[in-house]
Amino acid sequence: MTGDMSQMFWMYSVGIFLLFIAGLYCVLATFNLIRAVIGIELMIKAVTLFIILAGYITGRTGLAQTFAITLIVIEVVIMVVAMGVIINVYKHNKTLDVRTIRNMKG
Amino acid sequence: MNNDMVLNSVLVVTLVIAAVYTVMTPRLIHSAIGLAIASAILAIIIFKLASSLAAVFELSVCAGLISAIFISTISLTGRITPEELTERQKEHFRKFGVLPVIVILVFVTLTIIHHINPNLLTLNLPAPPAENNVNIILWGSRFLDLFGQIVVLLAGAFGVVTFFREK
Repeated sequence: MTGDMSQMFWMYSVGIFLLFIAGLYCVLATFNLIRAVIGIELMIKAVTLFIILAGYITGRTGLAQTFAITLIVIEVVIMVVAMGVIINVYKHNKTLDVRTIRNMKG
Repeated sequence: MNNDMVLNSVLVVTLVIAAVYTVMTPRLIHSAIGLAIASAILAIIIFKLASSLAAVFELSVCAGLISAIFISTISLTGRITPEELTERQKEHFRKFGVLPVIVILVFVTLTIIHHINPNLLTLNLPAPPAENNVNIILWGSRFLDLFGQIVVLLAGAFGVVTFFREK
């Protein structure tokens, strides 16, 4: 790995790590369902960028892109299903605060 | 530091700022807009990393479609009154005000680690492959991934139909 490439890899790695931390903190600290999904979305973005970066560094951008496209498709399906669940939860409980949604607690 | 590296740094810093804004803003609609901006910046970064097809997917699907889904869901789940907004802002900044501090601390820690051991992230890379065209790889060696994607899409579609079934 050349010096420039190493510096770029380090810089992007730090950015990916910070992006992941922002998403993880959002999921852990919030009680709002939509905001939790936004946190998951940020973490998935960090993983997508890492896959693309790994492909660029190793010279396998074609393979990395196929994985990234698969990840984006899965991401969309997760978001759509999660939004369907959230809308139904809101219709039944009139709130998105997980502290007040206790229907499923045994 | 050359111009390309400066541009990469600016893009990464902007992406992290957009992510922190997405998490910290108390209004959900602003969070959705922040997420769309983060997706757009990510698409530019992916394009710069020689992955143009993935960048197009990121821009059209993540920055476009997912933002539209988020905004639709937020508009379907009720409006917030000014009193509720004030109360939420107080609680929100109490909870999320620490996030920029955490981000800066992690950045400083990683920078110190990098200065102590600059070869920490140096990798022994394999030789690049003979074939690197995304179209040939996607429709050739990773052809079965497409079936997996179709199955996941159908599962999501049936899941949403089940959620909103009337009878």
